[in-house]
Amino acid sequence: MVQTWTRVKRSWELYLLVLLPVLYLIIFKYIPMFGVIIAFKDFNIIKGIMGSPWVGFKHFHNLFSSPNFPLLIKNTLLISFYSLIAGFPVPILLALALNEVRTGFFKKSVQMITYAPHFISTVVMVSIIILMLSPHVGVVDHIFSFLGFSNINFLGEPGLFKSIYVWSGVWQEMGYASIIYIAALSAVDPSLYEAARMDGASRFKKIIHIDLPTLIPITVTMLILSLGNVMAVGFEKIYLMQNPLNMSTSEVISTYVYKVGLLGANFSFSSAVGLFNSIINLILLVVVNAIARKVSENSLW
Amino acid sequence: MLLIQRKIREPFGDRVLLVIIYTVLGLLTLTVLYPLLYILSSSLSSPDAVVSGKVWLYPVEFSARAYKSIFQSTQLMRGFYNSLVYTVVGTFINVSFTVLMAFPLSQRTMPGRKYIMLLMMITMFFSGGLIPTYLLVKNLHMLDTRWALWLPGAFSIFQVIIARTFFMSSIPAELQEASQMDGCRDMRYLWSVALPLSKPIIAVMTLMYAVGHWNAYFDALIYLRSETLFPLQYVLRNLLILNAADPEMLANTAQSLRDKGFEEVLKYALIVVACVPVLIMYPFVQKHFVKGVMIGSLKG
Repeated sequence: MVQTWTRVKRSWELYLLVLLPVLYLIIFKYIPMFGVIIAFKDFNIIKGIMGSPWVGFKHFHNLFSSPNFPLLIKNTLLISFYSLIAGFPVPILLALALNEVRTGFFKKSVQMITYAPHFISTVVMVSIIILMLSPHVGVVDHIFSFLGFSNINFLGEPGLFKSIYVWSGVWQEMGYASIIYIAALSAVDPSLYEAARMDGASRFKKIIHIDLPTLIPITVTMLILSLGNVMAVGFEKIYLMQNPLNMSTSEVISTYVYKVGLLGANFSFSSAVGLFNSIINLILLVVVNAIARKVSENSLW
Repeated sequence: MLLIQRKIREPFGDRVLLVIIYTVLGLLTLTVLYPLLYILSSSLSSPDAVVSGKVWLYPVEFSARAYKSIFQSTQLMRGFYNSLVYTVVGTFINVSFTVLMAFPLSQRTMPGRKYIMLLMMITMFFSGGLIPTYLLVKNLHMLDTRWALWLPGAFSIFQVIIARTFFMSSIPAELQEASQMDGCRDMRYLWSVALPLSKPIIAVMTLMYAVGHWNAYFDALIYLRSETLFPLQYVLRNLLILNAADPEMLANTAQSLRDKGFEEVLKYALIVVACVPVLIMYPFVQKHFVKGVMIGSLKG
């Protein structure tokens, strides 16, 4: 006890350093966490959070009975699972392929070029999509009409929205996402490769028996993290890609929270939707983590 | 002694696999590169050529008119200036807060650091969400001020963890013992020993935060109302996605706007201009950030 106290006293400079960030956490992260109680109140801007009357689960009832609700859930889940299935394996394959390339220039160029789109902003990314896909003037349309298809309004087709969203995301992020796997592969002991070679293993066999097992722990970690985020599909890009024509397949929970909450000033209802969303996320994270621990002995905690 | 350079012949199957790998990588790279080249070429072509589909790789009927009118637009230049201010100040706040948080958490001697760590990690999985955060910012009277873009995201927990790992694993513990022997306290040690040794990680961190600020538009969308405060991305969104033509900008190009094509070319040029600052920084830090991710992921 006394010992701890002297150590605390000796570390006073460290506490002083950490003071500002901790205050930040309390003000900007923990106060909003308590702010979610407005989901159980009829929030009134004049009465404030504490003064507004409690209404229990009214807003949740309204959400679950709303005709929009099944559609929102369906779109959210479909978009995120589609992104996960399409986007998750690509960086791993890219990393495995790059790992086989030994020549410096080719490897460096591929890496430099494929990483670059990650740094393009969402606004610019969506503008690129809109410009290139726009009917009559976009390059994709020119190619399509050259091939004999008539003008297609890609972003106005509800059926195409998810594919455009997902594959443009893969285009933008595959290179950057591969870095973490490349890093993991670079940690493989070279003597393992030599030994495999001595035993007459082909390149393909080395990939299967050395590279893939190396990637399993990091893959599981990344998978848990992305499954934990299934309900949190990117607001910004979807919101920017939305138009009245594709709304039936593009409206997701986060865009709905923004529209109803901030644009419609319906703070309480919108918080209820947000809270419902993060609870589902948290449950998913815990469940997936537990499964991962059972199956592969890799987990976040 | 004779050194015999012997090259082990690759078996046939291996060579086939390599050819496939090179082809796939080459094609992937082209798919990434092509849209970028196309945008650049279109921005430098005549409106006619773009709209009629004559541009497919290199600029046709070269023209830099679009760029001229961008640099004459006060709205866009103000957006540029605002983004610069947000990026410089915001990144400074981010990097300072990250170091202030990560360094104490890396000191094994500090009692209670586990609780601080927990306090931080919880916020990764739980958050108040959009509306309560908005209400907080409103109650702090930060709506429609630059502070709303700087303070609510003062640091990223992910970056703190990477920096903490770096402090713990890449700076030899002997250095700290030695400096303590010489009477060096924690703050002095951070400033004079740890920080100078952490340049690579700070470079990566700075790039990440700076790109984040430069590319951000969502905060501006919810917190800002005054046009004079809008960052570039927000202005771009209005011009590119909402098609809200800016009368000021059109004034400079009044007669040319009658042809719809110029608007298209202008958009391509806007995209190029918005990406230039990041692309200039990118090659300098690229090798660093690969290293940065490795530090964070492997030694953790």
